[in-house]
Amino acid sequence: MAKTLWKGNEALAEAALRAGVKAFFGYPITPQTELLEYMARRMPELGRVFLQAESELAAINMLYGTACTGTPAMTSSSSPGISLMQEGLSYIAASEVPAVIVDIMRGGPGLGNIQPSQGDYFQVVKSAGHGDYHAIVLAPATVQEAVDLMYISFDLAFKYRHIVIILGDGTLGQMMEPVEMPPFKEVNGGEPPAWALTGAAGRPHRVITSLYLSAERLEALNLHLQEKLARIKENEVRYDTTMVEDAEYLIVAFGTVGRIAQSAVRQARTTGLKVGLFRPITLWPFPERELDALIERVQGVLVVEMNAGQMLEDVQRVVKDRVPVHFLGRMGGIIPLPDDILPALHTLCGLVRSRNGHRVRPVPA
Amino acid sequence: MEKSVIFAGFGGQGVLFAGQLLAYAAAEEGLYVTWIPSYGPEMRGGTANCTVVVGDEPIGSPLVRNPDIVVAMNLPSADKYEPLVRRGGLLVLNGSLVKRPVQRHDIDVIVIPANDIAESLGSVKLANVVMLGALIGATGLLPLSAIARALAEHLPERHRHLLAANEEALRQGADFAMRMWPEVVAAVSV
Repeated sequence: MAKTLWKGNEALAEAALRAGVKAFFGYPITPQTELLEYMARRMPELGRVFLQAESELAAINMLYGTACTGTPAMTSSSSPGISLMQEGLSYIAASEVPAVIVDIMRGGPGLGNIQPSQGDYFQVVKSAGHGDYHAIVLAPATVQEAVDLMYISFDLAFKYRHIVIILGDGTLGQMMEPVEMPPFKEVNGGEPPAWALTGAAGRPHRVITSLYLSAERLEALNLHLQEKLARIKENEVRYDTTMVEDAEYLIVAFGTVGRIAQSAVRQARTTGLKVGLFRPITLWPFPERELDALIERVQGVLVVEMNAGQMLEDVQRVVKDRVPVHFLGRMGGIIPLPDDILPALHTLCGLVRSRNGHRVRPVPA
Repeated sequence: MEKSVIFAGFGGQGVLFAGQLLAYAAAEEGLYVTWIPSYGPEMRGGTANCTVVVGDEPIGSPLVRNPDIVVAMNLPSADKYEPLVRRGGLLVLNGSLVKRPVQRHDIDVIVIPANDIAESLGSVKLANVVMLGALIGATGLLPLSAIARALAEHLPERHRHLLAANEEALRQGADFAMRMWPEVVAAVSV
C-alpha cells in the first residue's frame, strides 16, 4: 500500500479506528485537538461512538464505564487534561479493564503553553494515578511509529486488562510524515471478553470494582497486579538503537527528542566521534536490561529530554555510577536541536576524560 | 541527500500550504519527508512558518536551526531568516514585499516579484506557488511535475477554479529562477 502524508494527531485517530476502537470520549485541548476532531467526523461514519465530554474528568469516567463492558474505548488529551484524569486512571487500573489514552504533551507546569514538552514523564510513567501500578507507556518518535503503536495498543490493553498510554508531544501531533496505514481489524475478535459486564440475563452476575474494604482482599489484588506488571516487564519491552555497535558514547532520548538525537549522532559521526543512540519505545516497562548491557561497553552517557531530567532518573538507576551521565534538558516548549546536542556531547567527553585521568583518546574537533 | 526548507510569511500568504505541496510531492516521489508548522498562539496577519525536510534516508530532526533553503514571503520573515540560512544555502525572497538589499554574501539569493507575477495571473493569493516554483526552478529539488500533481490533488475545493492559474504560477516561478539565475541551478546541486 502506498504511503500517504498524515498529520500525527489525525494519523493516531485513523490508526485507532483501524485497530478496532468502538468508543471515543474526549475534551478538546491543544496540541491534540485534531485527534478529537477527526474522531468526531469518522466515528459516526463507521457507526461507532464519539462523545465530547464536558471535561476530562467526565471523559475518563465515560471511558472507565465503557471499558467495563469489554468495548475497545479510548480518550486523548494533553498534559493538563491528563492531570485531571489521574483519579479515573487509578480506578481503571484497580478494576483491571482495558483502556487506551493518548497524551500529546505540552509545556507545563500549570496551564503552561501549547508548545512541545516531555514534562509528563513522571506523571505518566511513574504515577498515572494513585496506588501501586504502572501503565504501559508507548513513546513513538515518528508518525509511522505512532500509527504502529496505536495499532497494537488495544491488543495490549485487552491482553493484560490494563491501561496503555501513548505518550507523544506537540511536535508529533502537529507534524506530517508519509505513513502506511494498516488494515482494519477487530479487538478480541470483535467479541466482549469473558469478564465483561454485558447484562447478567441467564448467568450469574459479574462485579467490576476498585473498592476493597478488606485489607487482606486489597492486598491480594495488589499482589495480583504486581504479578501482572512483572509479566508485562518480561514480555513487552520495546526500544530502538542507532549505531551502538561500536559506540563509545551513548545518547539516551525518547520520542521527538529521540529522532532529533538521531541527527546529532549522524553529525557527530562525521567528526569521528563514536556516538550511538538508545531510544526507549516503552517508557514503562523501561528497557533496563538492554540499556544495562550497553553501559558495559560505553564510556559515558548523555540524556536529552524536553524536561528537567525525568527519564534521567531511570537512566541513572540503570547506570549506577559506572560511567559519567550528562544531561541536556530544555523546558517551556523549547526543542533541543542537533546543534544543541553536539556541544553537550563534547561536555560529556570532557567529563569522561577528567574521570579517566585523560587516558582516553582526545575528542576530535 | 537531505535538504531542509523553511517557508515563512504573513498568515494568509499560504506558506503552510506551499510547504505541504513540497511535502506531498516528496512523498509521492518516494522520498522521506517531514512537514512541521510553527503552531504557537498565532494571529491572523501575524507571521507563520513551516519547516520541510526532504531526504533519501529516514529523517532524524524535523526541525533545523540553519536551513539549506529559506523561502521568505515578507519583510519580517526575511529579517528573521536571512541570517539563519546555512552558508552556501539559498534564500528565495518575495521582491514585491522585500525592498531592502540582501546582507549575506555567502548564500545564493533569488529575488522574485511574486506578488506582481501572481496578480498578473489573476490573484495575489498565487504568490506562494510562484515562490515554490522559484525554489524548484533554482534547485531541482523535485520535478516540477510532481509539485503540479500535488497541486491537482490537494488544492482545496474552494480554490478548485484556480487550479490552472496555480499551475501557471508554478511554471512562471520556475521559469523566472531558471532564466535569471542559471548559475544558481548549477551551484545548488541537490
